[in-house]
Amino acid sequence: MSRYEAVIGLEVHVELKTKSKLFCGCSTEFGQEPNSIVCPVCLGLPGSTGVLNKKAVELAVKAGLALNCEIGTYTWFDRKNYFYPDLPKGFQISQVFRPIAYKGYLDIDVNGQNKRVRITRAHLEEDPGKLIHSGGSITNSRSTNVDYNRSGMPLIEIVSEPELHSGEEAKAYLEKLKAILEYTGVSDVKMEQGSLRCDANVSVRPAGTAGLGTKTEIKNMNSFRAVQRAIEYEAKRQIGVLEDGGRVIQETRGWDENKGETLSQRNKENPDYRCFIEHDLAPIGLTQQWIEEVKATIPELPDARRKRLIHEHGLPDYDAGVIISSFGLAEFFDATLKKYSDAKTISNWITGELLRLLNARNVELNETKITPGRLAALLQLIEKGTISNKMGKEVFEEVFETGKEPEQIVKEKSMLQISDEGQLTGIITEVIAGNPKSVADFKSGKEQAIGFLVGQVMKATKGQANPGIVNTMIRERLG
Amino acid sequence: MEIHTLPVHRLAELMERKEVSGEEVTRVFLERIDRQEKEIKAFITVTPEEALICARAFDEKRARGDKLSPLAGVPMAVKDNICTQGVKTTCASQILSNYIPPCDATVVEKLKAAGAVLVGKCNMDEFAMGVSTENSAFFATKNPFDYEAAPGGSSGGSAAAVAAGEAAFALGSDTGGGVRQPAAFCGVIGCKPTYGSVSRSGLISYASSLDHIGPLARDMTDLALILNVIYGYDAKDSTSVLQEAPDFQKSLRNDVKGVKIGLPGEYFGAGLEPQVAAKLREAVRKLEELGAVCEEVEMPHTEYAVAAYYLIAAAEASSNLARYDGVRHGLRVEADDVTNMFNKTRGAGFGNEVKRRILLGTYALSTGHYEECYLKALEVRTLVRQDFDRAFAKFDCLLTPANPATAFKAGAKTDDFPAVCLSDVCTIPVNMAGLPALSLPFGMAEGLPVGLQLIGRHFSEGTLLQVGYTLEQNTGQTRLSPGLFANNSFGGSR
Ligand SMILES: [Zn+2]
Repeated sequence: MSRYEAVIGLEVHVELKTKSKLFCGCSTEFGQEPNSIVCPVCLGLPGSTGVLNKKAVELAVKAGLALNCEIGTYTWFDRKNYFYPDLPKGFQISQVFRPIAYKGYLDIDVNGQNKRVRITRAHLEEDPGKLIHSGGSITNSRSTNVDYNRSGMPLIEIVSEPELHSGEEAKAYLEKLKAILEYTGVSDVKMEQGSLRCDANVSVRPAGTAGLGTKTEIKNMNSFRAVQRAIEYEAKRQIGVLEDGGRVIQETRGWDENKGETLSQRNKENPDYRCFIEHDLAPIGLTQQWIEEVKATIPELPDARRKRLIHEHGLPDYDAGVIISSFGLAEFFDATLKKYSDAKTISNWITGELLRLLNARNVELNETKITPGRLAALLQLIEKGTISNKMGKEVFEEVFETGKEPEQIVKEKSMLQISDEGQLTGIITEVIAGNPKSVADFKSGKEQAIGFLVGQVMKATKGQANPGIVNTMIRERLG
Repeated sequence: MEIHTLPVHRLAELMERKEVSGEEVTRVFLERIDRQEKEIKAFITVTPEEALICARAFDEKRARGDKLSPLAGVPMAVKDNICTQGVKTTCASQILSNYIPPCDATVVEKLKAAGAVLVGKCNMDEFAMGVSTENSAFFATKNPFDYEAAPGGSSGGSAAAVAAGEAAFALGSDTGGGVRQPAAFCGVIGCKPTYGSVSRSGLISYASSLDHIGPLARDMTDLALILNVIYGYDAKDSTSVLQEAPDFQKSLRNDVKGVKIGLPGEYFGAGLEPQVAAKLREAVRKLEELGAVCEEVEMPHTEYAVAAYYLIAAAEASSNLARYDGVRHGLRVEADDVTNMFNKTRGAGFGNEVKRRILLGTYALSTGHYEECYLKALEVRTLVRQDFDRAFAKFDCLLTPANPATAFKAGAKTDDFPAVCLSDVCTIPVNMAGLPALSLPFGMAEGLPVGLQLIGRHFSEGTLLQVGYTLEQNTGQTRLSPGLFANNSFGGSR
């Protein structure tokens, strides 16, 4: 047990899923030609005036409510002033003094224990543009290009209290946060496209004390796993500094994924942003009624859903956990359950075949052709004995790829299971006649020999025979 | 008939009766610009070709029998901090000396749609920071009444253009008096409408919470016609107020019976030139004769307004002017790295007055000074507003000097910061409260125009028009002509 404990606060920037930017009509589409989705407003041209995107406010409020925050009914925007080439106006429009959401919390699971992490605030702000250096950084590269497509994209910044104590807790917090934002449709939460970005404030203190040590801000982490590793590394580094009698310097450090370490970027002792009210934008007044209307659109969130899957539908803890980990899977499960009543069977297929194929093909659920209706239809075919479980997997894969209805696939492939004893009698007679040794083994009490005989019938029928019926018929013949 | 001296509504009548075409009117003004500009220098850019094309287009519409706005075919001048599509908009600054906006400001768009003909962009103090139009990065503008006098500022070019018959009306911007003070100095009417009533979209910001666009005109009827076009909600300006635009022509009533007019003692205090004071007393007597009730009122926080204003305006300016960094538009001075490029560009691109205010504003917002400077100034702003609230509980409008003095000598105030500030003492509090106000010429003192100011409740421009119109109809003192109108070649009189 270390003499020190880490204290971690996370600042998460989340891009809101709106069609247009925060203060102009430019599209928010990702991956476009540089500087192709810009206008006078998001380029900060002289005289341009922006107007707030109502959908962004709605999504911010939705996120705030889902994170158990209080919602400000009278808030406004402020300017954070600093010079940087990616910042077209020389200031960033943010909410410094009055965030739209504040005083919330998030429950996470750490080693089976529930832990409540308080959220300080979630506020609206605009994204700056993006710098592309021909060399390593703005100071040592020969030239730097600026892409303003990202300029003015709507963000919320969600700030946690410094209440996390390990990389693992931080990762659990991020996973839960991501799930909630996905469930509420607030964001695409794709770290690889930058729609979710995380900075970590890390400090260490003697275990059991309450004060806060000098913190460093860690940036450049491109996955939750990287966040976990970076925090673990940084806490260890700071403890090392202190144990050697040194002093932690307040600074920004970048995570180097390849080296697996954090590196000092620049000394940053509280930059003076000279914040003040943004007078070019009217304040945001929200009525309680409108907030209630937004609240009504929030779907059942992961924690509540997990409880329901376990207690109402009898799913094992593991299954419930897998299904709720993604809003898409959870919705898929519920929709299938409306058409087919056996929850555990549905769960088996989702956590089994569906996930296996999604991983194997590396696709998202909504990119496939499988639907709740088609899965339910497939499960009914199996239940009725029209096809075997094994055939079902083959049909599932084809539905997944082509979107054909299961019954049609079964018909086309003449996959109908043969359960008709009249059709099977002849084949069974041939198999018994052709395998005297196995017949003798079975008769002498070797139970497993019947498996071989059933297998031969299946082979002869190209897997279409109903194995249960074949088993019974062979036993009758040999009994 | 001296076309260039006529108000808009008279030009409209003549064009309506086909006595003169929009093209002919435009040519008269363009010729005057040609002849006078080497002296007066009201314009940074003149747009003769575009103006004639536009005038002809509306003449054709008129010939087709289209119903046109009274502004159709009327030459207008626009201050060079209001964006005009395809026409250089410089803010009279080196840093924007080649900036061509991709779109029109909302006010320009509305006026063009009504048929007004843009003849050029007017000189001003750089980024509207100044009271003399001598802080232009390019050249100073002269006062048409006296070439030795300053035209006022920051909309000095706009005021001079209207006074000199180089445009029938003009647009300016008013952050602390920038329309009203030059209007007073140049003997024309200047109006600053209620904050939020005229879109700021396309106005290049100096201090967003104080900036207003306002018209400069020759008489109250013209002012009403222009306000009718530019007033009202604009979806592009988030601070624009959802308010139906009234028909201001209905406010042109020759009647002030029972109108309660407050006279704030603080505006008539020390520094008020005796001759200006005498003209104001004359105006008050006239209004009383006509049935208005004039009484003194106390506005105790007026004396703190100027200091607070300069902190607030400078603070906002330090942020609004941060975008001029050489990265995207305007001037760029190359350097070995990006920080040096920022510094050199801004060092070369901004004039001294602009740098002074950026420094002041940056200081006022900095950690350690924020409370004692910026927040204190905001508190004063609230107190100033409350003074007005109290006054308007009793009065329909207030009457004050537009400036304590007539136009000062050219060069007198270029580098005297405190004097520059104090010169705006009558106009600044109005911007702090976002109230509508207009300055109206009222006679002359020693060869220079005197201006009085009317201040109203929010959205009460109608009341100000009514009082101003009544003064106009009952005194011969509101239409002033500079001497240069006497020896023009268009001859005749009316
Ligand atoms: Zn845009």
